[in-house]
Amino acid sequence: MAHTQQEVLAGLAELVNDETGIATDAVQMEKSFTDDLDIDSISMMTIVVNAEDKFSVKIPDEEVKNLITVADAVNFITENQD
Amino acid sequence: MRRVVVTGIGATTPLAGDAHGSWDSLLRGESGISTLEQDWVAKYEIPVTFAGQAKVLASSVLTPQEAKRLDPSSQFALIAAREAWADAGEPELEPDRLAVDFATGIGGVWTLLDAFDALKERGPRRVLPMTVPMLMPNGPAAAIGMALGARGGVRTAVSACASGNEAIANAFHRIQRGEADVVVAGGAEAAIHPLPISAFAAMHALSKRNDSPEQASRPYDSGRDGFVMGEGAGALVLESLDGAKARGAKIYCEIVGGSVTSDSYHITAPDPEGAGAARAMLDALAQAGAGIEDVEHVNAHATSTPVGDIAEYTAIKRVFGKHTDNLVIAATKASTGHLLGGAGAIEAVFTILALKNQTVAPTINLDDQDPDIPLNVPRVKTQLVRPDAIAISNSFGFGGHNAVLAFRSV
Repeated sequence: MAHTQQEVLAGLAELVNDETGIATDAVQMEKSFTDDLDIDSISMMTIVVNAEDKFSVKIPDEEVKNLITVADAVNFITENQD
Repeated sequence: MRRVVVTGIGATTPLAGDAHGSWDSLLRGESGISTLEQDWVAKYEIPVTFAGQAKVLASSVLTPQEAKRLDPSSQFALIAAREAWADAGEPELEPDRLAVDFATGIGGVWTLLDAFDALKERGPRRVLPMTVPMLMPNGPAAAIGMALGARGGVRTAVSACASGNEAIANAFHRIQRGEADVVVAGGAEAAIHPLPISAFAAMHALSKRNDSPEQASRPYDSGRDGFVMGEGAGALVLESLDGAKARGAKIYCEIVGGSVTSDSYHITAPDPEGAGAARAMLDALAQAGAGIEDVEHVNAHATSTPVGDIAEYTAIKRVFGKHTDNLVIAATKASTGHLLGGAGAIEAVFTILALKNQTVAPTINLDDQDPDIPLNVPRVKTQLVRPDAIAISNSFGFGGHNAVLAFRSV
């Protein structure tokens, strides 16, 4: 069953919190993963792989560099989930 | 050469989650060895079903994110190092003058094997990106260096069960030579995992007393049948005597010797003549400018293996001759098990506290002392008498590594 954009945001915030300790309510659509949330590339890869499991989606490695903001990730997942 | 003192201690061991708690437990004659309740014991039919598990879970001390990014060996190391650093009063100094010498015998074995399981079961994409920095043997030293802001060089000694002592010896020499002013030194191990247990069991190195784990580690006893694996870490803060005095730090004792020799005899068996071990003890005393009669206490390597314990006795006898009878010996692995790369570090902590308190902890499980090892090993806690006593702590490792530390009361 496809997840709504709101569900994806909430689920992604949980994955970010789990990996980095950042509060879930700090994970907002306009935030940049690196500049605002200070997430390094290793944590980003872990979050991406966990998001693939959580949302039944494939996020190719070459796509990860385009996921600048939380909104980029939420939109990619929402549009590409099985 | 500069004089070097101990100004901070830390430990997390099978007896307690801190240094003083571990020492108090040791003085009470307790055992930190218990039956393993993990499901992998039955699943893989592991032949040895007990070990010295850390008394306090590392994950209950660290933040979830720290725990997630550190192998258990690095988790133990960081906990012990932070305790030692706080105990030393968090010395303020130029980061370039602060260094780390922290050892492990095996490294991130949990991380490595979990990652291989993930690869086999779920494919390469499910191998955690943090796998390499978590499994590398310099991981514990690097984690401490990052946490404390050390830029004076972060190094790792790897010499099996002599690793902890070798790291502390390296730290001592760095400060002696003026290469650093403060060094956080010690060792950690987290190898209570089905593979290392099976591997040590395969070489018949481990005790098989599955029905009485608390009695399994029995150095010097006639019934000893192998060592008991332990986990945890020990850490010291070493600094120059002048620096410690200048900042008014409390001083536990002076470290006066640190020697490393090698047997070149056999990859696992100790030289039965104890020549290399004896040279390490003599050299540590030579560095101290001390004679054999100055030594009052020995924290022995004493792992509870049939051949290892007697080889160490031979080496001690070779060094001390008639003075051997005057030595007050402690075999603290009887209580903690054998922490491999962490062993020398927690035993350094115990040796330092023995000097500080002028008290040697009891050695438990010594019900029927091996007549071929007539050492003075008290079953009750015993006072040291000399205020300027020297104590040495021995560690020996597979590969023929011998590393001996010498400490003196101040």
